[in-house]
Amino acid sequence: MAYNTKVGSLDAYEKGSIELADDLRKYAFSNIYEVAGKSAPFERVAVVQNLEYVAETVRIEGDSPWYAAPHDEFALVMDGEVTFRFVKLADDQVPGHEGGAVRLGGVPNGPNMGRVTARRGHQVLLPKGAAYQMSAAKPAVAIVQTRDGPETVKRWSEICTLA
Amino acid sequence: MDAITTRIAATGTDPDTGYTSYRLGGFEFTRDEYFAHVSWPKGSHIIEIDRFLRAMVRDIGWGFFYGWIFFDDIFGTTNHYGTVDLFAGAYDAGYKAKGLDHLETFPAEVVKEAFETISQNWINEGYDPLRAPLETGSPLGPKTVERTDELVRGFAAASRMLGLEGEPPVRSDATGHPINRAFADLEFDRPEIECEPGFEGQLHAINLFDHIARADVTWNPSFTAVTGASICCVTSEEHMLPVIHGNDRNEWFVQLTDEIHWQIADKNSGQPRGTIVMKAGDVCAMPADIRHQGFSPKRSMLMVLENGTPGLEKRYASGELKPYPVDFG
Repeated sequence: MAYNTKVGSLDAYEKGSIELADDLRKYAFSNIYEVAGKSAPFERVAVVQNLEYVAETVRIEGDSPWYAAPHDEFALVMDGEVTFRFVKLADDQVPGHEGGAVRLGGVPNGPNMGRVTARRGHQVLLPKGAAYQMSAAKPAVAIVQTRDGPETVKRWSEICTLA
Repeated sequence: MDAITTRIAATGTDPDTGYTSYRLGGFEFTRDEYFAHVSWPKGSHIIEIDRFLRAMVRDIGWGFFYGWIFFDDIFGTTNHYGTVDLFAGAYDAGYKAKGLDHLETFPAEVVKEAFETISQNWINEGYDPLRAPLETGSPLGPKTVERTDELVRGFAAASRMLGLEGEPPVRSDATGHPINRAFADLEFDRPEIECEPGFEGQLHAINLFDHIARADVTWNPSFTAVTGASICCVTSEEHMLPVIHGNDRNEWFVQLTDEIHWQIADKNSGQPRGTIVMKAGDVCAMPADIRHQGFSPKRSMLMVLENGTPGLEKRYASGELKPYPVDFG
């Protein structure tokens, strides 16, 4: 038997359903393609919140600002092709805040570490001690596993199915 | 309650089926050709053998996982991270009302040894409860030949990220994991990693979908990426989750491909609350006050995000933390 695996994209996705005799806010049901479709480029919109940890949906279109975090982050590309560029930070350049990505004021002045080009299904390490920039020639979508931070955008009432 | 340290004991072998029966504390376990029978001082319960073995082997492999693992609505385990409850009817309104419920607490290693002993004796060659039903033989019938290979596998836990030096490898042909038939229609390529001299090994990326597509187990997660206590687990799901999971904390599901239907019920009473159908790209929290069971008509890919902070279960149990994750303001 031949199988047809269904994946989603910005242009074509089908959202599921939630039918519960319960307060739907408890389940915070959303869809990353729907969220990215309504986001500005590089808004990092929380779709998962686990106390101090989040996963952010990011619409990648053009070149992002440069970001860094005081811990590892991980990006899973879910649509399109994304290039991640990395610059090594000196120890005193590594952000000292509690967690999450922070936007840098410009291109960091450390040495170029290289780049990773990733497509749907590819998971990329955004390592502690490195700044990174995300770029895509066409709109792309990624989920970033990180901590709740200054760049995390929360608009749960807009993104979640509540009725 | 003090944990019972008495270990599992064989109580006899059925001359017709060839299967051995066991006692662990006040629980007795017997199997016949079709069913597992669990009895305790105040009652007994029957579970279809395929479901029983699929649940038991996963419970071992998960290290009893987070919180409650219901083999069905009546029998299961609760993980207290060092000790494990075995319960029957303790989270069923009817059993509770009639006083038929039973619960005993054991050191985790005692339950692990017991479940391994039972599984080893009750699983025959040709049947692999970790595989999808379409990919393995039948567990039914009398005892034939015990399996000699590992019953538990597939739980590869990365401490930072899969595939890094010193971490578990990403699945590949070389590790003996071909692409599963259900994902043969996908094309798998690799991310391009271009390191500048001096930074070799510091940049890393994997094809996570390829890793999931090569799993030879179902409903059996592997940790792929960890930041702090945030754990990314991925798993391939086909047919039905052979347990009903009641978490002791909030967890999150991200549907990566295809769809899973989740039946949701109250954790303490088992009272149904309804259904969630998750399709590719959907994200949904599983609150800490429910039990859930998934049904995946076609093999699908699921990402689970857990918070592994030690002691979190006590903060939820005490009411310090709400049993749902998002504050809508």
